[in-house]
Amino acid sequence: MTSPRTYQTEAIVIKRIKLGEADRILTIYTPSFGKLKAVAKGTRRPKSKLGGHVELLTHSRLMLARGRNLDIITQAQTIDNFLPIKDDLDRLSRGLYMAELVDSFTGEHIEDRHLFDLLLETLKQLSQPTYCEPILRYFELNLLDHLGYRPQLQHCTECNSPLNPETNFFSPKMGGILCHQCGFKEPMSRPLSLNALKVLRLWQNCNFAAVLKVKINRELAAELEQVMREYIKYLLEKQLKSTAWLDRLKTESGQV
Amino acid sequence: MSTDSTSTAEPISRLIEEFGKLPGIGPKSAQRLTYYLLRSPAGEVAALADAIRNLKEKLALCSVCLNITDSDPCAVCRDAERDHTKICVVEEPIDILPLERTKKYKGLYHVLHGVISPSDGIGPDELKIKELLSRLNDGMVTEVILATNPNLEGEATAMYLQRLVAPLGVRITRLARGLPYGADLEYADDVTLSRALEGRQEM
Repeated sequence: MTSPRTYQTEAIVIKRIKLGEADRILTIYTPSFGKLKAVAKGTRRPKSKLGGHVELLTHSRLMLARGRNLDIITQAQTIDNFLPIKDDLDRLSRGLYMAELVDSFTGEHIEDRHLFDLLLETLKQLSQPTYCEPILRYFELNLLDHLGYRPQLQHCTECNSPLNPETNFFSPKMGGILCHQCGFKEPMSRPLSLNALKVLRLWQNCNFAAVLKVKINRELAAELEQVMREYIKYLLEKQLKSTAWLDRLKTESGQV
Repeated sequence: MSTDSTSTAEPISRLIEEFGKLPGIGPKSAQRLTYYLLRSPAGEVAALADAIRNLKEKLALCSVCLNITDSDPCAVCRDAERDHTKICVVEEPIDILPLERTKKYKGLYHVLHGVISPSDGIGPDELKIKELLSRLNDGMVTEVILATNPNLEGEATAMYLQRLVAPLGVRITRLARGLPYGADLEYADDVTLSRALEGRQEM
């Protein structure tokens, strides 16, 4: 045998499905092995010693044993359970959306420490009592950036001309901005306000501290959410399932 | 499943195939069960067939609590002895069994038939939430006990129900979350322990 039978890793649980009577298959995101699937035995029993340590959106230290097919989690210890996220339905739903986003964009066994750090840092930010929409957008932008889908926001993706300070267009197909003239010719593009463009440009090149300093109103937040959602939908060729739930929560609580 | 149809009689291979669809039954177990039934007395086999047929034909959802029942309303909802001012909300019909086993709860139930799970596309419309809200309209019910599972989806569902029910002026309670009886503190996770501390009681 070349590799040792057990190994340890940090992990964030991004998905879990039921298996058999009391087991679960977890999808975890790790710093050194990327996305993995692993079996957590007995976690649905009340007295399971893994139980809460391998709950969704939990950052844990895990010991895994190599299995024939899937590896098996033998020990787990919580590092951060992000309780403020789990105690708040709005934050929790956004956390689940992030998890679905990471799951959809990543393949298994591809090491990506940067993405792990981004996910971890975003969950920490989401635990803070601040307005969380900008945090989510920053996460989306940086995730795409890192995976090679960085939207081109500096000049027109069609004619390469510099952008005028006016309402331009965003085209998911071109992966960036179209100037006023080109945007009109492209039916798949949507208008993008100057403020939205400025905010996107800033978020592309800043850290979390700067993100939280930008004050954006609900209208602008909604526009940014739509732009990113259409772009992500185009890239994945599907709508993420949890977006329907996010929309519903917003409508019911009276936010636009 | 691959059953060689040329060497096996059709009724046998068909039953093997049907058994093979059941959870936890592999091809070999399916064959063993089939040949066991083949050797059993005709009466026993007929009784099994009847039991299976009745499962779907005689059972329906209770129009009040949406539990699975053979009479509508179900025995619990009809029982005048029970406390009709309390509704205990559970995820699945099977969750009622352990609650009834405690013999501590004398109120009514409401079965949601699932939990909110955004990444599986399961939202409020897929659950029996509208039915719960309409039960609360007549003012009879004074307490709703949320007994969804103490995991992420269960908590999310409970928080969502709390939002919907709170404006109706009904008391909302949640099953206590803490340490299971007979367990070790050493293995408890932080969420469970924090909840247990929050919910500690005077002795």
